Amino acid sequence: MSMRTPLGKVLGAGSAKDGTAHWWAQRVTAAALLVLGAWFLWSLLQLDSLDYADFVSWIGAPFSSVMLLLLAVTLSYHSSLGVQVVIEDYVQGSMTKVISLILNKFFHYFLAAAALVAVLRIALGDGA
Amino acid sequence: MNNAGRPLSPHLTVYRWPITMTLSILHRMSGVALSAGLIVLVLWLDSAARGANSYRDFTDLMQSALGRLLLVAWSFAFFFHLANGVRHLVWDAGYGFEKHQARVSAWFVIIATILLTAAYWLAL
Repeated sequence: MSMRTPLGKVLGAGSAKDGTAHWWAQRVTAAALLVLGAWFLWSLLQLDSLDYADFVSWIGAPFSSVMLLLLAVTLSYHSSLGVQVVIEDYVQGSMTKVISLILNKFFHYFLAAAALVAVLRIALGDGA
Repeated sequence: MNNAGRPLSPHLTVYRWPITMTLSILHRMSGVALSAGLIVLVLWLDSAARGANSYRDFTDLMQSALGRLLLVAWSFAFFFHLANGVRHLVWDAGYGFEKHQARVSAWFVIIATILLTAAYWLAL
C-alpha cells in the first residue's frame, strides 16, 4: 500500500517539490552548450584577428549573431541552474537562502539581457 | 530550529580520497568559475557594442599578465567542465557506473582537458 496521496502521485514532484524539471533543464542546456560552445571556440579560431573591426564584423554576421544570442541565453540559463544548486547546498538559513536564490535569478537574467542587447546593437548597426 | 551542536555522522573525511571525488568537486568548482567567466564574456560583447575605444580598453585589460592567466584558467575550466559534463551525460544515459569504469573515465577526462586546452591555445 502506498502512503502517497493521489494528488502527490499526479504532481510527481517528490521530496524536492519541483520534480525533474531542474535536472532535465540542466541536461538539455548542457547538450545544447556542447554545440554552441564548440561553435564559439571554433569561430574565434577562424577570425583573422581579435581587433575591433574583425570582431564586430563577425558578431554582426547573421549566422554568428543568431548563434551568439542562443549561446548567451543558454549559457545564462545553465549557469543560473548550476549556481542555484550551489546556493541550495551551502547557504544556511531559509531567508538568506531564498534571497540568494532570487538574486541569482535576477543577476542571470541581467547577464542574458545585457548580452542580447550588446549583440543586437552590433548586428543591427547602432552606429557601432 | 537550532541544530548547531548536534553530532554529525562521519562524512567525506573518513574515506581515502579517490580520483572520482576530486573530479566531482572540480566539476562544481569549474562551474562556478565559468559563471564568473560568463560575466567577463558579457563585458567583452558589451565593450564591442560601445565602440572601438572601450573595446580596446577591454582587450588591453585581458592581454595583461593577470588577464591572460585568467583566460587560460577559464579555458581549462571550460574544457574540464565540458569533458566531465559528457561523462555525467553518459552516466545519465545509464552507462559507466562500475567503480573501475568511473576511475578510467576520470583519467580520460583529465587527459582530454589538458590536451584540449593545450591544443586550443596552440591553434589560436
